[in-house]
Formats: sequence, structure tokens, C-alpha cells
Amino acid sequence: MAATAQIPEQLERFVQGDADAFEALFRRYQREVFGWIMRIVRDPAAAEELTIETFWRIYRAHARFDPRRSFSAWARRIATNAALDHLKRPPAEVELAHDPPDAAASAADVKLATRQAVEQAFVELSPKLRVAATLALIEEQSYGEIAEALGISQSAVKLRVFRAARQLRTRLKQLGMEP
Amino acid sequence: MNANDEKWLKAQLRENLPPVSGELERDLWPRMRARLESRPHAVPWWDWALAGAAVVLLLIAPQSILLLFYQI
Repeated sequence: MAATAQIPEQLERFVQGDADAFEALFRRYQREVFGWIMRIVRDPAAAEELTIETFWRIYRAHARFDPRRSFSAWARRIATNAALDHLKRPPAEVELAHDPPDAAASAADVKLATRQAVEQAFVELSPKLRVAATLALIEEQSYGEIAEALGISQSAVKLRVFRAARQLRTRLKQLGMEP
Repeated sequence: MNANDEKWLKAQLRENLPPVSGELERDLWPRMRARLESRPHAVPWWDWALAGAAVVLLLIAPQSILLLFYQI
């Protein structure tokens, strides 16, 4: 069977600029795209906005999409880039307890200080390292999936995760957290 | 960083930055449609720049209007 016979007609129509096909793709993939962006930015409001931005970029780039390839993988790559752009904007400051918790501090205080220290250390990573670390260390996505979404090799992903882990470890030590 | 450090770091991250559930709670199509409908009317900046350049050219060399008409 010819390869073109397997191409969904909807994708063909999307490439040609058909608005109904775009709407159908949006409705079909919006949850998947939103879920992926949420893993990266961890903020529902930002993830909604970035989902719209992702599909806006998809809409503008419709003519460049090869309908023989996976729409889902293409959308995920664009979503990752949109999320990266979002993370490159100046971050909101995380309020930190500057003094290390003393012996009299309650368990809740210690837990809060620990969470703030981890959040602070994470926010200080560069966006590229943060995305790799979030997806690999927190969301436990495979290196293959992360590599495809970022458009880089698996070894490059491993390197980014290693560098992120080393920076996090150093920063947490400075903030008074050690194994 | 040794294996123990890595294990400790992962545990810290998962405890303090737990995985998020990415369930979309509403249909985003109405917002997407609003964006699609609003953007096509916006004139790109380079179109304005081109129009400005054409006006400047006409002011400097009015005879170039024939060339402009030819291009249009």
C-alpha cells in the first residue's frame, strides 16, 4: 500500500489550511498538549495560555507540517518550545526564609523551609536545564521522549540532567540541605 | 555526585516538587477561536514599513509612482 494512502485525510486538510480540520485537531489534542506543558511549567493558568500559544504556532506553521509524521510529536515539540520561552521570562521571586531553621522550629516550619529551598534551587536553574530536570527527575519521562520533545539527542538530555542535578546538589548544600 | 547523592536529590525533588496532574478542566477552543479571529485583522509591522517606504519614495521622487503602479 502506498504511504500516502495511510495519511489521515484530516492531516492533509490541515496542511492545506482547512479551518475545520484545525479545529478537529485542536479538540483532539488540546488535553495532551496541556498535560505536557503542565509537566514543564507546573502552573495551570500558564499552561492554558501556552496551550493556546502552541496551537497558534501550529496554525501558522500548518504548511510546513509533513502529514506522514506524527502530529502528536510535532505538537509536543512546539509546546516544549513555547514552554521554554515562558520559562525564559524573568521568574517570580520565591520568598525564602533566609536563616536556617533552628532547633526550636516546628516540623511544619522545617518542611516549609525545605520546600522553599528546593523551589528556589530549581528556579535558579537555566530554563533548558530546568525542563530536562523536571521531565526526567520529577515527571520520570524517558530520555527518548524528552529528546524528541526538545529536538536534541538522548546523550544531550542526559548531560543536561546531570548538570542540573549537580547544580541543584550544590545549591541545596549552600541552603543548608545535605544527605 | 555519587549514586547516594542522586538518590537523595530525586527524593527531595519528588517530595517537595511532586508530579503535577495535567487534567484540562475546560475546553480551550472558544479562546483559540477568539485568537484566530482577532489576529488576521492585524497588519504585520513589515507591511507598515513597506507602506512607509513607498510614501517616502513618492515624496523624494514623485515620478516613481509609475514604477509603483507597475509593481501593484
